Amino acid sequence: MSPRAACRLETLDFTEVYDYVPGKADWLAHNLPVEGEHAGALTAGGVARDDVATCRPDDRIGDLSDRIERSPYGFALVTTPGGVVLGRLRRSALLNGDPAAHAEDVMEPGPSTVRPDAPPQELAQRLAKRALNTAIVTTPEGRLLGVARRQDLESASTQDGL
Amino acid sequence: MATSTALPELRALLAGGAQLVEVLPEREYVEAHLPGAINIPLKQLTAQTAGALDRARAVVVYCWDSL
Repeated sequence: MSPRAACRLETLDFTEVYDYVPGKADWLAHNLPVEGEHAGALTAGGVARDDVATCRPDDRIGDLSDRIERSPYGFALVTTPGGVVLGRLRRSALLNGDPAAHAEDVMEPGPSTVRPDAPPQELAQRLAKRALNTAIVTTPEGRLLGVARRQDLESASTQDGL
Repeated sequence: MATSTALPELRALLAGGAQLVEVLPEREYVEAHLPGAINIPLKQLTAQTAGALDRARAVVVYCWDSL
């Protein structure tokens, strides 16, 4: 639709026309604000917390024990310096692994992630069906935004009257 | 032909004063739109409705996604 609108504007003598092709879906998926009736609606991104422990692929797991012990989730996320999620490192991997091993050697690669515009009720149901308590929230490019707890998602659903 | 743009370039364009136009139907615009966007649905895009825009400034159009 927007390519045709851009062409139409050019036929109307607009000389500097751009088409934001990824569109509103992309904007929402980056957890950016909107205006309108749904502006205040709670989303997965809105309830996501930024208290998850993170580490780099080349961190030694022997150095990560304290960080994961302090984490409320029982895992750390392995990210690039730019914040892109590469893997998940569970507490159990630390307990049984070689302390000299690198995080990338024992992480679970490519954990499932969700976009921040996911509706809380729908996401809470998906997590419950799979007996999961958390969802990793990222941008479409995989950059970590936070972790949404099922409990928070369920509370948000209730608040929204869903 | 119009230039396709992604989010980083969009941010720069908006910072430079570009006008933002959502071309989806009004109902979708009312529910949620990008901050500062005006609504000119594609089916209503004419010389008259486009008159709301400043020809001297860049215009960025968008819809839901690329599909």
